[in-house]
Amino acid sequence: MRRDRKGYQKFLYRLSQARIGVIGLGMVSFVLAVAFFAPFLSPQDPLEQDLRSRLKPPFWDEKNDYKYLMGTDPVGRDMLSRLIYGSRISLSVGFLTMSFSAMLGITLGILAGFYRGLLDSVISNCINIMMSFPYILLAISVMAATGPGYKNLVMVLGFTGWPIFARLVRAEVIELKNRDFVTAARALGGRNSGVILKHILPNLASSIIVLSTFELARMIIRESFLSFLGLGIQPPMASWGGMLAEGRSYMLNLWWLAAIPGSAIFFTTLGINLMGDGLRDWLDPHTRNR
Amino acid sequence: MKSYILHRLFQALIVIWGISLITFSLLHFFRDPVLILLPPEATKEDVALLRREMGLDQPIIVQYFKFMSGMARGDFGKSFVAQRPALGLVLERMPMTLWLAASGLLLAIIISIPLGVLAAVRRNRIQDHSASVLAVLGQAMPLFWLDIMLIIIFAVKLRLLPASGSGSFRHIILPATGIAVSVLPILMRLTRSRMIEILSQDYIRTARAKGLGEKAVLFRHALRNALIPVVTILGFQFGMLLGGAVITETIFAWPGVASLVVESIFNSDFPVVQAAVAVFAILIVAANLVTDIAVAWLDPKVRFG
Repeated sequence: MRRDRKGYQKFLYRLSQARIGVIGLGMVSFVLAVAFFAPFLSPQDPLEQDLRSRLKPPFWDEKNDYKYLMGTDPVGRDMLSRLIYGSRISLSVGFLTMSFSAMLGITLGILAGFYRGLLDSVISNCINIMMSFPYILLAISVMAATGPGYKNLVMVLGFTGWPIFARLVRAEVIELKNRDFVTAARALGGRNSGVILKHILPNLASSIIVLSTFELARMIIRESFLSFLGLGIQPPMASWGGMLAEGRSYMLNLWWLAAIPGSAIFFTTLGINLMGDGLRDWLDPHTRNR
Repeated sequence: MKSYILHRLFQALIVIWGISLITFSLLHFFRDPVLILLPPEATKEDVALLRREMGLDQPIIVQYFKFMSGMARGDFGKSFVAQRPALGLVLERMPMTLWLAASGLLLAIIISIPLGVLAAVRRNRIQDHSASVLAVLGQAMPLFWLDIMLIIIFAVKLRLLPASGSGSFRHIILPATGIAVSVLPILMRLTRSRMIEILSQDYIRTARAKGLGEKAVLFRHALRNALIPVVTILGFQFGMLLGGAVITETIFAWPGVASLVVESIFNSDFPVVQAAVAVFAILIVAANLVTDIAVAWLDPKVRFG
């Protein structure tokens, strides 16, 4: 009897854990769909200014204009449409920079962990050096140096995000390399590249997937912070960080101008984090009960 | 142990050298400093003269060695704006940044450790689940958005606390809260998982068996051991803490190093940027080094290995 209850509780617990992941997946899919169908969803042109209807309040205020559900910004652009188009920036910058960092980091991590020796000490020291900067400070300085804009933003975030992937992959490769199945594969005459691709990489997949999800959320936050500082995406292009910066000077009375785009960022990163937590529990049995 | 410390010191030196390389190359990414310093109507001769004065006409290797020897002596050149040594400007602002980071950290510790213990003791019950919901929210929340929401709620709407600046104890509450939320989740999760692990161990059973009260078992036996990795993580998360300070200082106009750096970046005042980046990086290297040595000293496997 007691045992049943325990199993039942465990099942409920795991269901609740899984449900969190599913909620996250739903949130992320929602943002993805919004980004994908932006031209069909947005009621207005996100770049069109109309100074006569500037700073209109959002729907919960009685002075709201039904034409602008989320109100308008200081130059009379439709907030909702800008929010919708902003999702494209956040997601595309996030995915591009995360994938780029991941590819670079995985390659360097495998090289360091598999071949060790001089290569390893060079790569490890690079990791240590890169990780000794407060990341955001490094990104700000490099962005200021290269100049703002979409392309530079992707380059800077993509090139500076690899150490965390490299560190994880290196540590796991070192551990995997001494496992019996890898020794066996090598003893059977497997070439290094074959052993890496067929035996090591598949075993890294789950931790890389989990790290990538969390890094995606971090990249989106970094993008929006840099755009917020005016070092990322430039106006009139609609980015959530840029909208937040525009709304900041109106914080004293028109607080929603900053709160709405910020909430969009939070919604997205929360969805991704929940998904990451779900994925981690699902892929790694060890953390299931932690 | 001695050879381990020497090895780690050597590694730290390599890292500092790498940092000097990156900091130096930042300068060469920037726009030409001479064009920033001179008014637009300056003649070509003026430009050439200033360039020679600043040593920018020399080969890059020479410039690098000059920069290196300057850095070793703590000389990053004069700020273009304030016309005073850059390092001095940075160090002047340092206490404010450390004060902010320390209060944020303290607040995070005060909240996260009891919460982690509670979640471990009441594992899989409502307290545990609510704590983990809090952790997930805190982890996903962009710090700069949280800061802005704190201002909107507590300064604009409720008018309880000042929205920016420094000067009184009331000024530090909001920024410190922001920083605390950013480090809280990781501390809480770690405390919780370590407590769960330790509470299932034999010496805890022994302590209970000999009739110790639950409080003594939890706090004198379990928590003490659970805190070792928490302290380690604190050392390694020092960079994250400073990163959080960069964001928070910008939003709250807190007069620390980070807001100085952001200001200097917009003024293209790169001696200050370089000095600040170098100081931050060296602090992080030092924190990691101290943590590593402390961990090694605590761990007999490393101490005698």
